[in-house]
Amino acid sequence: MEITLTLNNKKITADVPPDTILLDFLRERGCPSVKCGCETSSCGLCTVLLDEKPVLSCSVLAVRTDGRSVTTLEGLQDEAAEFVGFIADQGAEQCGFCNPGYVMNTIALLRENPDPSDDEVRAYLAGNLCRCSGYEGQTRGIRAFLDARRAGKL
Amino acid sequence: MLTIDRYLRPETLEEAYEAAQKKNSVILGGMMWLRLGNRRIGTAIDLSALGLDKVEETDDAYRIGAYATLRELETHTGLNELTDFALRGALSPIVGVQFRNLATVGGSVFGRYGFSDIITLFLALNASVELYKGGVMPLSEFCRAGMLKSKERDILTCIHIPKENTVVSYKAQRNQKTDFPVLNVCAALNGGRLSVAVGARPLRASVCLFDIAQDNESETIAERTAGSLIFASNKRASEEYRQHLCRVIVRRAVDEVFAKSADGGIRSGKPNPEVI
Ligand SMILES: Cc1cc2nc3c(=O)[nH]c(=O)nc-3n(C[C@H](O)[C@H](O)[C@H](O)COP(=O)(O)OP(=O)(O)OC[C@H]3O[C@@H](n4cnc5c(N)ncnc54)[C@H](O)[C@@H]3O)c2cc1C
Ligand code: FES
Ligand code: FES
Repeated sequence: MEITLTLNNKKITADVPPDTILLDFLRERGCPSVKCGCETSSCGLCTVLLDEKPVLSCSVLAVRTDGRSVTTLEGLQDEAAEFVGFIADQGAEQCGFCNPGYVMNTIALLRENPDPSDDEVRAYLAGNLCRCSGYEGQTRGIRAFLDARRAGKL
Repeated sequence: MLTIDRYLRPETLEEAYEAAQKKNSVILGGMMWLRLGNRRIGTAIDLSALGLDKVEETDDAYRIGAYATLRELETHTGLNELTDFALRGALSPIVGVQFRNLATVGGSVFGRYGFSDIITLFLALNASVELYKGGVMPLSEFCRAGMLKSKERDILTCIHIPKENTVVSYKAQRNQKTDFPVLNVCAALNGGRLSVAVGARPLRASVCLFDIAQDNESETIAERTAGSLIFASNKRASEEYRQHLCRVIVRRAVDEVFAKSADGGIRSGKPNPEVI
């Protein structure tokens, strides 16, 4: 089936079988940041923005993106760069496998709620699982970023 | 793994209904549950072009389109005000925001999953479902119905939530955040009527009705509720634990609605639950 979508601000057309999963479609089109952690809609690693909303690309058919816009971390490097350094400064991650999904969902959070409380951060990111950390480092990193931004240090 | 031969995005409900009658056709909601299955689908029917994603307010009810996502309900001001924010409380623990941006209310209700948080809440709120061919029926009746072949092929178009002056408390117990609930409870007090819905037993939710002119003690209401429902064991919890939890959580939920309600529901009498 032929579909046309906007992927990272570029219009593309592709012929896809009806059961192609968006995650596989994106990886085949040069978006290796989109990873599969569980395939049961549970871990958040495969997060992308679909019409600006965060969704699990492992659970979306590629044909369902026809006429819509899809954004991956490849298309959001500058926006991500604003805060990922703060997470790294906390030594928050070990293996880093969860990072792309975590960063994508943090971008979605900060667009929806630019100045969240720690509880709001935890609630929004609850669907992003990390097997190495206890999430505290990531939360501290986001807090440090928000505080720096509020203090006009960025 | 799902294998799909054809994908159809109908532009009318009739077209969707006709396609759904064919063997191996499947209606797609958010696909979160469906995709866990291992099956071959002839035609996958996508409801996204049918305008079923709206939440509409009328004088006496909210009409929630079946294709609205759980996240849309969780963030809907009117529905949350109507439910004392119990709707947000029930939905926000389900997996994560990215998940709830996809999972639909139609798939959640049509699936009639025993663990469902939203069915427990909607049952206590006296909700009805609207099926394209089957018409409107109380959610309690829809939940009691078996997976009838004729009903299976119908399309759930919307859920009606009556705009009643209800005081609501929703509580769920999970072994771990974002996991399926071990038990969920919703108590809703509307005038003299108290509805106590209990789900994830792990059987489908049922609702017990109390007349608070007779039944006003949370302890006794909780005892009677736990005594009149069937519980079972699965890998998350045993039957005995669920029954015990039911007593505790129902008591807390009922205490909360009594405390929130203007008159406190304090009268005397004996509970007499009608289980539906
Ligand atoms: C990992 C995981 C964790 C979950 N945790 C919870 C939880 O903690 N609490 C909870 O309450 N729920 C939970 N759920 C269930 C979830 O919230 C949804 O209820 C479920 O995914 C179904 O919604 P859907 O839109 O994805 O439907 P789908 O998976 O697309 O469809 C489900 C069924 O409904 C049918 N269907 C869909 N829409 C219609 C319609 N309009 N008319 C007729 N038939 C229709 C489909 O054909 C299918 O048979 C969980 C699900 C998963 C996968
Ligand atoms: S791979 Fe999509 S949620 Fe885990
Ligand atoms: S750092 Fe290893 S999974 Fe998160």
